[in-house]
Amino acid sequence: MSKPTAGDETRTMVLRILSEIAPEADTASLQPDVSFRDQLDLDSMDFLNFVVALHKEFHLEIPEADYPHYMTLNGCLARLSAARS
Amino acid sequence: MAEFLMPTLGADMTEGTLVQWKKRAGDRITKGDIIAEVDTEKAAIDVEAHATGIIERLISRPGDKVPVGTVMAIIREEGRPTTSIASPQTIATPPAPPPPVPRTEDIPVATTQPGRVRISPAARKLAAERGIDAGQLQGTGPEGAITLEDVERATVTTAEGAKPVSGTDRQARMRQTIAAAMARSKRDIPHYYLSTTIDMGRAISWLTETNEQRPVTERLLYGVLLIKAVALALRRVPELNALWKDGEAGRSERIHIGTAISLRQGGLVAPALHDADRLSLSELMQHFQDLVKRARAGSLRSSELSDPTITVTSLGEQGVETVFGVIYPPQVALVGFGKVVERPWVADGLVVARPVLIASLSADHRVSDGHRGGVFLAEIDRLLQEPQSL
Amino acid sequence: MTKMTYREAVRSGLREALRRDPRVFLMGEDVGRYGGTYACSKGFLDEFGPERIRDTPLSESTFVGAGIGAALGGMRPIVEVMTVNFSLLALDQILNNAATLRHMSGGQFNVPLVVRMATGAGRQVAAQHSHSLEGWYAHIPGITVLTPATVTDARGMLLTAVQEPDPVFIFEHAYLYSMEGEWEDNQPAVDISRAAVRRPGKDVSLITFGGSLWKALAAATDLAQAGIDAEVLDLRVLRPLDIGTILTSVRKTHRAVVIDEAWRTGSFAAEISAQIMEGAFFDLDAPVARVCSEEVPIPYPKHLEDAALPQPDKIVKAVHRLLK
Repeated sequence: MSKPTAGDETRTMVLRILSEIAPEADTASLQPDVSFRDQLDLDSMDFLNFVVALHKEFHLEIPEADYPHYMTLNGCLARLSAARS
Repeated sequence: MAEFLMPTLGADMTEGTLVQWKKRAGDRITKGDIIAEVDTEKAAIDVEAHATGIIERLISRPGDKVPVGTVMAIIREEGRPTTSIASPQTIATPPAPPPPVPRTEDIPVATTQPGRVRISPAARKLAAERGIDAGQLQGTGPEGAITLEDVERATVTTAEGAKPVSGTDRQARMRQTIAAAMARSKRDIPHYYLSTTIDMGRAISWLTETNEQRPVTERLLYGVLLIKAVALALRRVPELNALWKDGEAGRSERIHIGTAISLRQGGLVAPALHDADRLSLSELMQHFQDLVKRARAGSLRSSELSDPTITVTSLGEQGVETVFGVIYPPQVALVGFGKVVERPWVADGLVVARPVLIASLSADHRVSDGHRGGVFLAEIDRLLQEPQSL
Repeated sequence: MTKMTYREAVRSGLREALRRDPRVFLMGEDVGRYGGTYACSKGFLDEFGPERIRDTPLSESTFVGAGIGAALGGMRPIVEVMTVNFSLLALDQILNNAATLRHMSGGQFNVPLVVRMATGAGRQVAAQHSHSLEGWYAHIPGITVLTPATVTDARGMLLTAVQEPDPVFIFEHAYLYSMEGEWEDNQPAVDISRAAVRRPGKDVSLITFGGSLWKALAAATDLAQAGIDAEVLDLRVLRPLDIGTILTSVRKTHRAVVIDEAWRTGSFAAEISAQIMEGAFFDLDAPVARVCSEEVPIPYPKHLEDAALPQPDKIVKAVHRLLK
């Protein structure tokens, strides 16, 4: 078993936020490159709440123009790790 | 003395189950305080007091199934303020019984005899209240008439099928109650439909600029612009902001926009954004966010479900371009918005690509006609061309 | 608790009224020397004297008119009309004078008159003595119309009636005079404004008054054996009608059968049926049914008379039809 990395923690946190927004969704089987909207039936309000939660959790400014980058799991993780470094 | 009654939390509600009292006998309460939690077919609702005073007596007990309009508690009012029970007619009156149910709709043409269902007045009333299609019942009364007992039996059968309120059962019951309300709407309300395509270019660029200057927690969704535009347009065409009661439309002074919110497990609710015409876009956004959150968490307040004076439904996110909605009785109009799409658009003699959206109106022909409906949609269009003044 | 007949109850009420108030006097055909056609005033002539127990000529119009005059003059007359059939001769006095004078004098004159008469069939006295016309009187504003069906009401309604400032008409069903009932001493004053539930029930309301009350109660007993729980309402007062009690009952049971010994067409039962329709239509689970007399002059032969009148078995059948 490998030691949890910073990337794993970020992933866990993103999935937790998603499961709060879509409690019935099985986030474990999320496809990382398909948009949340398509997989989890998120609407614009859900997505906004998701972005707000990321902002609060990771202390990150997310301009509206950047929203498209946050629409998949891999997109999110890439942005978040970029912001961290 | 004020009576605290089981409120009607929507046209489709006939009874609710008291989950728990949030106050005790002897407690002092103020109008608007949450006094009880009530479980309906749709959700658990926090019910607000409509009077200020001291709770004299709690009558219903947790677990009781209480028909709409039944006294649940007695409130001793202090000094009897002028509006002792705020408009009891809106909270206490069970839905008016709809006219007779024609049998012909539901039965294959070949076996249908033209004519009415033979059903007693009391049974007809009860069937309508419970959303039971009397045409499907077997009458056991005089000359084969459907009696109260027949309707009761049908209700028990239905209720037994959905007894423990698990998620799927609640969903099935919600489906039933939506069906009853919509069937009643389609049966009673002569709908007419209008639509118009609105250039959203200005609204969207204004929104983008505005959101650029706002932190993520204060950003607006374009849906809020649509709601505000509808609210302001209603001031110009107030006959659409009305409730149908006792054979006539009563205009509402205040504008409470019922906002259709789909629930994640299926089904929908349309709670009110109170006084939407008087709120700033930021306030409206906050209220909207809060409303969606609570709708999905199942903690709406009774006034939010009983108050809407018109409904707005927006299905654009599902990718559809046009919505022709079914009016939610006793309201007399419903506004639908589709998806914002880029389309060729002629502006100043040139064909340009513009984001456009189709706005539609379903309205009750007993109350308004196409001309006024058209004025209303045009007003929404005009307002959306000046987003900064919304 | 003592037992007494309806006749004794009326007699006791009359005597009490005469004793209490010197303005009260009794007037009518054969009330004095003969002691009353139904013996309700037997011995009164000796007890109260000819000033207060007055035999009259056979002229209803005259002595009812005299009663109205006496009432206007400050007396409290009780006028006995032998039967409702003969009261038609006095109808002009009743309708055009007794019922109207307070109204037409702008409240200056009132007519504190009590008129008693026998009504109803069932004693083989044939078509000219067997009418039930109290429903006709209930049509007239300005008078009160009472139909006592129990010994308590037979005595107590009379005592309350003589204290009324306006005309009161009391219809005593002739068949009831020899009926025995229980009587409680020291009865409180009897009200003359409300209907009474004589038997509570939940499945159907049997609405009736006067002589038919006992038939309705008999029917309710039969129905109970079939598992049908009938509520029996005694209207007691036909005008002003206590519609509230009727509607309360119908809203509970959702079915109503009105029993009225008058002919069905244009009957008081029709009025009740109409008011139920007006006030409780959406609570009805079946049409309102009526059990009335057959539309014939009441026959003389017993088997035909019985067949012409409402009877418990007809009421039971009507209820079964409503419940199918």
